[in-house]
Amino acid sequence: MSTATLPSYEDATTRYEVVIGLETHVELGTRTKMFCGCSTVFGAEPNTQVCPVCLGLPGSLPVANGAAIEATIRIGLALNCGIAKWCRFARKNYFYPDMPKNFQTSQYDEPLCEDGYVDVDVDGETVRIPIERVHLEEDTGKSLHVGGTGRIQGSSESLVDYNRAGIPLVEIVTRPIVGAGAMAPEVARAYVTELREIVRSLGVSDVRMEQGSLRCDVNTSLNLPGAEWGTRTETKNVNSLRSVERAARSEIPRQASLLDAGERIVQETRHFHEDTGDTTPGRSKETATDYRYFPEPDLAPMAPDPQWVADLKAALPELPRQRRKRLQAQWGLSDHDMASVLNADAVDLIEATIAAGASSESARKWWMGELSRHANDQDLDLAQVPITPAQVAQLQGLIDAGTLNDKLARQVIEGVLAGEGDPEKVANARGLAVVSDTGALTKAVDDAIAANPDVADKVRGGKVAAAGALVGAVMKATKGQADAKTVRELIVQKLS
Amino acid sequence: MSDLTKRTAAELAASMEAGEVTSEQVTRAFVDRIAAVDDKIHAFLHVDAEGALATARRVDADRAAGKDLAPLAGVPIAIKDIVVTKGLPTTAGSKMLESWIPPYDATIVERIRAAGMPILGKTNCDEFAMGSSTEYSAYGNTFNPWDLERIPGGSGGGSSAAVAARMAPLAIGTDTGGSIRQPGAVTGTVGAKPTYGANSRYGLIAFSSSLDTPGPVTRTMLDAAMLHEVICGHDPRDSTSIPQPVPPVVEAARQGLSGDLSGMRLGIIKEFAEEKGAEPGVVAAFEAGVEALAKLGATIEEVSCPHFTYALPAYYLISPSECSSNLARYDSVRYGLRVGDDGQHSLEEVMSATREAGFGPEVKRRIILGTYALSAGYVDQFYGQAQKVRTLITRDFEAAYSKVDALVSPTTPFVAFKFGSRTADPYQMYLADLFTIPSNLSGGPAISVPSGLSDGLPAGFQVMAPTMRDDVAYRVCAALESTQEPRLSDMIPDVV
Repeated sequence: MSTATLPSYEDATTRYEVVIGLETHVELGTRTKMFCGCSTVFGAEPNTQVCPVCLGLPGSLPVANGAAIEATIRIGLALNCGIAKWCRFARKNYFYPDMPKNFQTSQYDEPLCEDGYVDVDVDGETVRIPIERVHLEEDTGKSLHVGGTGRIQGSSESLVDYNRAGIPLVEIVTRPIVGAGAMAPEVARAYVTELREIVRSLGVSDVRMEQGSLRCDVNTSLNLPGAEWGTRTETKNVNSLRSVERAARSEIPRQASLLDAGERIVQETRHFHEDTGDTTPGRSKETATDYRYFPEPDLAPMAPDPQWVADLKAALPELPRQRRKRLQAQWGLSDHDMASVLNADAVDLIEATIAAGASSESARKWWMGELSRHANDQDLDLAQVPITPAQVAQLQGLIDAGTLNDKLARQVIEGVLAGEGDPEKVANARGLAVVSDTGALTKAVDDAIAANPDVADKVRGGKVAAAGALVGAVMKATKGQADAKTVRELIVQKLS
Repeated sequence: MSDLTKRTAAELAASMEAGEVTSEQVTRAFVDRIAAVDDKIHAFLHVDAEGALATARRVDADRAAGKDLAPLAGVPIAIKDIVVTKGLPTTAGSKMLESWIPPYDATIVERIRAAGMPILGKTNCDEFAMGSSTEYSAYGNTFNPWDLERIPGGSGGGSSAAVAARMAPLAIGTDTGGSIRQPGAVTGTVGAKPTYGANSRYGLIAFSSSLDTPGPVTRTMLDAAMLHEVICGHDPRDSTSIPQPVPPVVEAARQGLSGDLSGMRLGIIKEFAEEKGAEPGVVAAFEAGVEALAKLGATIEEVSCPHFTYALPAYYLISPSECSSNLARYDSVRYGLRVGDDGQHSLEEVMSATREAGFGPEVKRRIILGTYALSAGYVDQFYGQAQKVRTLITRDFEAAYSKVDALVSPTTPFVAFKFGSRTADPYQMYLADLFTIPSNLSGGPAISVPSGLSDGLPAGFQVMAPTMRDDVAYRVCAALESTQEPRLSDMIPDVV
């Protein structure tokens, strides 16, 4: 191990150029597995979603899932790739207990999709990420190592669940991303975020990093300006968007310190630790594993009909970046405000709220204000907050009709979140409504004037601003159920 | 009742249909015959008398009830132990699968069961079908009924010996480089390799996926054709099976048996005729066969297939390559043998010890060959080059079939050899498949029919035809059979 001191991130990225590459695996949400009819539903009892094919029993044969091929081509098209006119599956041979056949049916030199790009926005700038390939393969099973640290080394036994074995997996590989400098980790995160949005918009995967349906390896290398690219490491176990950025951010100074000390970078996989933000060494890749790829003889070649591919391309949905640009313009938001909306994962919610009848301004106000605060307090995703866009729109409708004011609306939200029903029902049940009975209001105003003669005199003397204290008194007397604007008008009228 | 085991499958079917005999009586006759002679032949690894008789009784009941039955209903059959049978042990001739009971049926077994054919048991074969003498079975030799000091051919020596010794009227073999035809030739029986893809490989334990083809082993051409029509046809579970109707082979066999071949153009392969390794008696039997066919009206011409000379080396790169990958799954984790799992050894050590103990010498040789042929730096010059040769051989066939309807050759260069005479030098063993391998590489159908005796031992006559023209091969072979009086398969010495 190196005893070299760790340079600061800023120092490291000033002196070294950073090259980043990302390999992302997306589990497709097809109903059945890649090569058999077994279910792909997540979370079933171990080894209940298996058959002779995905267990690799002697004699079994694969049949390719057409829906998975279609989904892969759509991902390729959304990433501006060319689609192969003819290509094959290949066997990647290596021994591992969670791989039933001890080869993975994958693609090698003939991927379904090649040579694309995706544009991402980082700090208001557009960065074009080059895509090398998108290919289709099968997932492996899952090993559970019992005893020790949970990794295979030092464990007392290993259990294998083959439910995941054979689930269709799309691998998306970028070309090396150069020139991002200190921004490289943010670019990496922005890319994975964008990729996730794109895949989600296509409806082909639920892309949940925490469930492993989106998995990402971050390749990092450093080189001195003008020098050749350095040796890269491959960071695995990166299970959230934030971790993508953190993994790269921790790897850059580590490599810089080794290079500073004149040491070489070991080509290896590294294991990212969510808790510390550090990486530790995994498998060495110094001697390349020979996977002995050859075309899969059990499957027919794929030759997607060009007309079908053209139809798939024409039928692609509006992609997330275009949609964001369109919504930002429609909602009249600054880049900064739009970025906040995106960070809060509020785009869909706001759009749905608008569709349910609210103005863009009010929809954004509720989701980015009260409801975001609630999500933070409860440690929920915004979408998990138990209120629907339709309910938010209904709430805003009550405000617009003068039935609620903002303060009451917040109490109504509390009721909705507590499961008391729609905003109207909550307002009725809790007796929350703006006091519009002018008789009661007039009495409250008269009482306030009588109780605060000094203030009343100031207002009479022309100091209209002083009316605020009287408004406050009225609001207090009506427990907030009066409309403050109406109260102010009444007071000014009485004292003029 | 005369000895039922002397009747052909077609005769047995007709007798049952006519109500002269029941399937139970027929099945019992073969079960008794197995009990009487198999200790001398050792064709069976597993006999399922009870299962076979139960099926027979069910078919008899169905027949009595007037139900529609398949043409071969009630006719028993033996199945090579490399084809998986639900609930019946399936070892592939290997220690690796000694205790394995498959949880599913191969497609061809499903079809056999659906046709109401009692399954007598599983027949011996070279381990994972690798061999030409059945000497590489982990369960001991099978003996040739013509001469118990000689091999029955391989890999399907058990199926051919069972049929030759009248322990089964029909059997299933599998042919990767000649494993149906060469045992047929040396036991004086019929062995038919259908077009690759004409039937399903689903449930056939893979040796070499792009070559393996299951097919009929019988005593007559009509029986082979009838069995062909039971097992062949497209199967959606095998992506390499051909979605086309089965050629009318029963009709073609009947046509051939009528003894008229006028208009049929047959080609003798120049390069095979020049092969010095063929025994004179084998060549003489072949020439007699050609003469007989010419007398029936066939025209004979010589055609050149210049790349056939390279078929054997190409085969010994392609098939070991695929086998090295196909056999990787036998790792002790999910099923089959496990060695060294004593808590003291790592997973890798257990896998390694299991494969060391579970595989025999020929299987190991081919795994090593194939691993080498696919390894980085060699894959292009070995596996890749062999695939090019394969293409050239397919083109040789295409060119030949532009001139002739079928190609004819001896099935194998030599008659049944003595045990141990070719195990010392693998190449001497591999030469057994010299004439059979080209049609595996091209995928076209090829049938071996007995053509005469050489020093009292049977020699085989091979007819090869274009892809999906199995009917042509059946017609020519049946015509040759029609010239024999008595039929060679009726001349097999009785081992009792």
